[in-house]
Amino acid sequence: MIAAARTILRKDLLIELRTKESVPAMTLFTVTVYVLFHFGLDRDSLDGELASGVLWVTLLLAAVIGVSRLFAAEREQGGIDGLLLAPVDRTSLFLAKATALFLFLVAVELVAVPAFALLLLGPGLGGAFPELLAVLLLGTLGIAAVGALVAALAAETRARELVVPLLLLPLLMPVLIACAQATEPLLRQDAGPEDLGRWLGLLSLYDVVFVLLSVAVFDFLLED
Amino acid sequence: MYSKGLAPLAAATVVTITAAFAMVFFYAPNDADQGFIQKIFYVHVPMAIVALGGFVAGGVFAIRHLRSGDPSWDLRSYVAIHMSIILGVGVLITGAIWAKASWGHWWVWDEPVLVSFLVVFLLYCVYYPLRFSIEDPGRQARYSSVFAITAGAFVPLNFAAVRMAESFTHPRVLSQTGGSMPGDMRLTFLVALLGMTLLFVTLWKLELTAKHASMQLKRMRNRARVAA
Repeated sequence: MIAAARTILRKDLLIELRTKESVPAMTLFTVTVYVLFHFGLDRDSLDGELASGVLWVTLLLAAVIGVSRLFAAEREQGGIDGLLLAPVDRTSLFLAKATALFLFLVAVELVAVPAFALLLLGPGLGGAFPELLAVLLLGTLGIAAVGALVAALAAETRARELVVPLLLLPLLMPVLIACAQATEPLLRQDAGPEDLGRWLGLLSLYDVVFVLLSVAVFDFLLED
Repeated sequence: MYSKGLAPLAAATVVTITAAFAMVFFYAPNDADQGFIQKIFYVHVPMAIVALGGFVAGGVFAIRHLRSGDPSWDLRSYVAIHMSIILGVGVLITGAIWAKASWGHWWVWDEPVLVSFLVVFLLYCVYYPLRFSIEDPGRQARYSSVFAITAGAFVPLNFAAVRMAESFTHPRVLSQTGGSMPGDMRLTFLVALLGMTLLFVTLWKLELTAKHASMQLKRMRNRARVAA
């Protein structure tokens, strides 16, 4: 199972490295959204609640792009049939897709978070960097698990580009709540963690529930 | 097949709902703080509980569908979610009216139950575009079931997250009304809850019967066309 997942993951990463479709587009999109927020809020620098809200809403919107492109290669070039005919567990497909999405999102965040600090953030990221890293990690894990599930759910529908954001964003509401609340004290002028344990606990619970749930129901998607 | 016991169920619903409304207006006392408007509680809260119960039931039926592959469980799941969404509209409207009357605003963000309900409602609304953009019936049933299960698991997590985000700004309302309600108010509430549950089940069975009948009709028409 793990070997199959690793093979599919390697294929996805190779495709992404060669075509450079998703990650650059998502990264570009995050910077565009920062500019949108700069004009929309008419603020040159943000801190606290506003900063963590802008950061997480931007990352969530970028994730929508990644999720709707997650099965693009299979769909457009018919690879899905080969993948489904191969005698591999659907679980390994889920693991591969979720890991690919996770790595794409990490790659995006490697640019998007420093870009946010550079363009919009008032206080600077140094204050509580390890805590922010923990929130980003758990949040991205949740986005990746739910994202892979939503991508598979929407892959066979006609109204794919409609269903993905409509389905993904409400499902990620708890992630947004936990991440934004946990990040907010880290981005204040006097940065420091506050209630961090509670929010990381909620995020971990969310991640565990949705990883297990996705593994359980993935078998029923992408059949035939 | 689905219509069994529908007539007595409908009769019980009419009797219970009538009794509930009679009790709301003539038996239950006016609330000391909020006065007459608090009586919307007997519609709003049972409706919300029944709607959430319907969403959960939709998830349970969906699990049975995926386990057995029997399309009738998918139909049950679909109709349960459909009915819950209709009740959900009622919940949001009565909630807004209650909020306007007691807090002066049509919508308040610091009421975690109502806010979580809105998120859940928004998510379940996507059931329709998802379901009806899949043509193959078997796949439609499977994908809808996966959605119903995922959304069912999402409901408690979302309630926990929203409650955690708001818990320090606002005291809980339901705990006062649910925990230490005076006896006559609680009795009225329970009758109203029973009435709403019966109404939900009646409408669910009715809709199932109607959907089943129209499916049979379509099948017979097709057969007649083939025969001709």
